[in-house]
Amino acid sequence: MTDTLARKPYTPKVAVERLRQGDVGAWPVVGGLVAIAIVFSALNDRFLAPENLTNLALQMAATGTISLGIIMVLLLGEIDLSAGSVSGLCATIMTIMHVKQGWSALAAILIALAAGAGIGLIHGLMFTKLRMPSFVVTLAGLMGWLGLLLFLLRQGGTINLPFTGFISKLSDTWLPSWLSWLLVAGLVLVSGGAALVTRRLRLAAGLPVTPLWWLLVRTGGLAVLLAAGVLIMSADRGVPLLLIIFGALVVVFDLVLRHTAFGRHVYAVGGNAEAARRAGINVTRIRILAFMLASTLAAAGGILAASRLSAVNQQSGGSDILLMAIAAAVIGGTSLFGGRGRAYDALLGVLVIQSITSGMYLLSVDSSVRFMVTAAVLALAVAIDSLARRGAAQ
Amino acid sequence: MLSATGISKRYGAVQALDGASLQLRPGEVTALMGDNGAGKSTLVKTISGVVVPDEGTITLDGTPVKITNPHDAQALGVSTVYQDLALCENLDVVANLFLGTERRRWTLLRHIAMERATRDLLEQLDVRIRDIRVPVAMLSGGQRQSVAIARALIGEPRLVILDEPTAALGVEQTAQVLALIGRLRERGLAVLVISHNLADVREVSDRVVVLRLGRNAGDFGTADTTQEEIVAAITGAGR
Repeated sequence: MTDTLARKPYTPKVAVERLRQGDVGAWPVVGGLVAIAIVFSALNDRFLAPENLTNLALQMAATGTISLGIIMVLLLGEIDLSAGSVSGLCATIMTIMHVKQGWSALAAILIALAAGAGIGLIHGLMFTKLRMPSFVVTLAGLMGWLGLLLFLLRQGGTINLPFTGFISKLSDTWLPSWLSWLLVAGLVLVSGGAALVTRRLRLAAGLPVTPLWWLLVRTGGLAVLLAAGVLIMSADRGVPLLLIIFGALVVVFDLVLRHTAFGRHVYAVGGNAEAARRAGINVTRIRILAFMLASTLAAAGGILAASRLSAVNQQSGGSDILLMAIAAAVIGGTSLFGGRGRAYDALLGVLVIQSITSGMYLLSVDSSVRFMVTAAVLALAVAIDSLARRGAAQ
Repeated sequence: MLSATGISKRYGAVQALDGASLQLRPGEVTALMGDNGAGKSTLVKTISGVVVPDEGTITLDGTPVKITNPHDAQALGVSTVYQDLALCENLDVVANLFLGTERRRWTLLRHIAMERATRDLLEQLDVRIRDIRVPVAMLSGGQRQSVAIARALIGEPRLVILDEPTAALGVEQTAQVLALIGRLRERGLAVLVISHNLADVREVSDRVVVLRLGRNAGDFGTADTTQEEIVAAITGAGR
């Protein structure tokens, strides 16, 4: 018993073994981010400037939120190709309700989110009850919801949101410095405190625990990271509310996935649906809920995008937003084969993609190059995923 | 404890079971043998609730019971470990053991309680797994089978049915699993093992029930029966 009481940090041999078997964690992405930062800041000193990093944070939120929804279905081993169209459609519904029908901003946002949930329910029912492949269901969604968006926008093609209205303000609100620091302190205290409490409970139950110094290093690392972010963004306009909204969504979904029965069942269905079914899990319910969450988050992402643009138009949710959202999830480390991934992948992945975009923009590189570089990063991420999966299967 | 008598089941033109019977007692390992198509699986499925028999009665402690679906069987304390394991390879040992029966407060998982219970159970069963928090995909075949069997014990069953538990395992891992079956017997559980492997059956079982063409073809005490007698019953030689 005594030798099992302390969970030892992994020896290099064990670490290599785990790496080979697909348990690579977030390290490749974090390494990639560091590499990107070094390369671009060497090529252009404005890359790490407060203004650029703040813009980067603003650009991340919409795609990142959609990406978070994509992760919910990727965890089941399914795909949602409709997220882009759904985000545009729901943002349009919100704008029409707010601008043309005179609804309050909050009611318009809620109806847009509800529309997203309804669309997800339709996708989920078609997938589970009609047994249509998710690829086809959401491919039909991609075209169908885009069609509806164009139909709703047919007069004029663009609807502007009032510049000083609540919805536009979402993306033009900056946290005062004291509030940012309060948030940092709160997050560090809560996460550090939770880790300490868990450690004590585990010790009391006679379970192996992570060493104290590692908890301190981790909490310290989080504190340094958050403080650096606040420092940099305070040098510009401050921490954008948009980033807080996205960050809060990521944290909430991470907690849901790791600590609730629903989250556990999502992983189970993604890992082995038949085993989940035999264990008495309602697989159909889990699948429908995942599609509903995906479309609702797509709607939320669409709202954030509309807020930044202060308008919706025929390009809302179009062009490369869907592809970037899927790429972000996969680059972040979520497996396309289901059962493996975390909510934080959306944050990490979209950070990689937006960093590349932003860096290329600063270097005035043509968007053709940007697409090719992003493609290379995506291919690399999927290659790691596939190799990891093959390693795990042996 | 549990007994099935006169069980018949017909699939179209095929008479899978024709009045087969089976008695299971606590603290006893019963091996169910027979050639392919002898009706082993069908008989087991009637007990685990996957198949509803056309005729026959199942009694538990002397009272007749109706088992029409797997939930009924589980409620009566019958737990089945399927041949294809049915584990989620991406989840760790704790998550697999409690899959579908997670301990929770409201909807929040009680990680610590479940991990403690897992360690206790694996320790009692003498199953050695270095780190129970790694995905099951990283365990050996024998360890996975042990996890699958341990999982069957979570609902405090009285009868555990094992379908070909050693079929895909090497020599050493087979020994591990057979030892584990022995410990199930020590816990006072009734154990029913379906197997093709005579050597395994002779090593682990107390009693061998042989089916042939859907009927009972022999019921032996393992200790006082020769391998030839069992083979003869399976093949129908000498009858």
